[in-house]
Amino acid sequence: MEILGYDRVNGVGVRNYVAVMATVGCSGDAAERIVQIYPKAKLLVHLQGCAQTPPDIDLVEKVLVNLALNPNVYSVLLVSLGCESVDADRVADKISSVKNVEVIRVQERGLSHAISRGSEIVKKMCDEAEKVSRTKVDFSNIKVAIKCGASDSTSGIISNPVAGRVADMIIREGGTVIFGETTEIIGAEHILAKRAVDDTVARKMFTAIEEMEKRAMSMGVDMRGGQPTGGNIKGGITTIEEKSLGAICKTGTSKLVDVIGYGDVPSKRGLIFMDSPGREMEALTGFAAGGAQIILFTTGLGAPQGFPIVPVIKFSGNPEVCARLNEHIDVDLSPVFYGRESLQEAAQRLFNEIIDVAKFKRTRAEILAYEKFFNIYVKGPVI
Amino acid sequence: MMSQRKAIVVDEKDNVASALANLNKGETVEVTIGSIVYKIQLISDIPFGHKFALKRIPRGEYVIKYGEVIGRASRDIEVGEHVHVHNVESLRARGDLQKTSL
Repeated sequence: MEILGYDRVNGVGVRNYVAVMATVGCSGDAAERIVQIYPKAKLLVHLQGCAQTPPDIDLVEKVLVNLALNPNVYSVLLVSLGCESVDADRVADKISSVKNVEVIRVQERGLSHAISRGSEIVKKMCDEAEKVSRTKVDFSNIKVAIKCGASDSTSGIISNPVAGRVADMIIREGGTVIFGETTEIIGAEHILAKRAVDDTVARKMFTAIEEMEKRAMSMGVDMRGGQPTGGNIKGGITTIEEKSLGAICKTGTSKLVDVIGYGDVPSKRGLIFMDSPGREMEALTGFAAGGAQIILFTTGLGAPQGFPIVPVIKFSGNPEVCARLNEHIDVDLSPVFYGRESLQEAAQRLFNEIIDVAKFKRTRAEILAYEKFFNIYVKGPVI
Repeated sequence: MMSQRKAIVVDEKDNVASALANLNKGETVEVTIGSIVYKIQLISDIPFGHKFALKRIPRGEYVIKYGEVIGRASRDIEVGEHVHVHNVESLRARGDLQKTSL
C-alpha cells in the first residue's frame, strides 16, 4: 500500500517539523522562548541531562539523538546551557550525519542572545522545511507505537482489542508496531512469551519484566495504588495482573520479533517490545525516540497527552468518557460498546484514521497542542 | 456485541463478570457464558466497569478474568458481591510480603 510521506535518509516522516530541543533541563526556558517566536517549530524540553550517573547521561544522550532522528523531524536546533553533563557537540555529531543540526549555548552570551540567534536559525530551518514536499512511499516504512493510558475496564474489552486488530493489520502491510509499558505485562508474560519468535526474544522479555518488578518491590510495599494507578482502581481494575491481561490485548496476535531497550530504534520489522515504564511522559518519549511516526493511544478515563513531534491518536470504548471528553478523543469506539459495530469494523475505522493522520489530518492532541510536558526515563538518582 | 447487556463475562473460565452500567444491590443480572444465561442477584452496588462474583470464591482462591489469574481472594467472596481491592490481592510485585533482612 502506498501513502504520501516525507522520504528521509533514515525513514519516512508523516510530519515535517523543525525541532528545538533542550539538551538539559536548565536550558529549557531558552528553547521555549525561541519556539514562542516561531511557533511552527516544535519544542522538546525535559528535566534530564546533568548531575546524573554516567549510564543515565549516556541514556539521555541516546534518547536526544534518536528523538532528533525521528523521521517526522526535518532539522534540529539544540539548545544547550553549556556546562551540563550531556555533551551537546557529541549529540549534534550523531544527528548531523542524517539531518541538519545546529547548537546554541545560553552560557556563551546569555538568554537574550540565545533567543535572537536561535530564532534566526529556526526561521531559516522553517523556510527550508517548507520547500520539502511529500512523495509516494510504501506503508511498510511506517512504525506505529501503541500505548494505553488512564485505563479502565473498557480498555481491556474494547479499545485494546481494537488496537490489537489494527496492530495485526499494520504488520500485515509490512509495517512495524512498537509496544512497551513493561510493568503492564506483569501477570501476562506467559501469554506473550508463546508468541516470541525464539527463546532469546522470550528470555529478553522475561528479564525486562523481572527487573521492573524487582525495582518496584525494592520499595518494600505493595505496588498497588502506583500500578494499577488510583484512577485505574476507580475505573474497576483491581490488580496489576488484570491491568496487564487487558493491556496486552493491544498487541494483537502477531509474532513478537524483538525486544529493545528504552529509546532504541528497532532493527527488525513486525511486533517489537520496548522495555519502558507505563507513565505517559516517559513512554511516549521512548516510542518517539524509537522512530514511531504515529502513536495509537487507547484510553478509558481520557488521557489527553500528545507528543511534540509525533501525532498521537486517542480512542476509547467508554461511551460516557467519549461524550464528556469529546475534544480529546479522535476515534469514538462507543458503537462497539453498544453493539452497533464489531471489533473488526472499529479496527478498520481506526486504521483509516491512521492513514488520514499520516496524510494531513491533525489529531486532537495536535490541535490542542497538549504536548509540552514529557520526560526521559532514567534509572539512577539525581546526584 | 454487548447491546442492552448489563454485564459481560470475558472468558468462559472466569469467576467474575464486569458491569456495563451502574448496577444496584438487590438487582438480578443476566450474564451469558458460552450459550448459557445465568441469573445473578447482586448483594452489593456495582459501579460501571467494576466486577462481581459469579460463584463463591473462598479466601485464598484465585480470581479469574480473561481466563487467567488476576489475583487471590483476600477474604471469602459471595455470589453477586463486588470484587475489588477490598477482597482481592495481587500475587505480583508484592514488596510488602518480602522478608526484610537485617
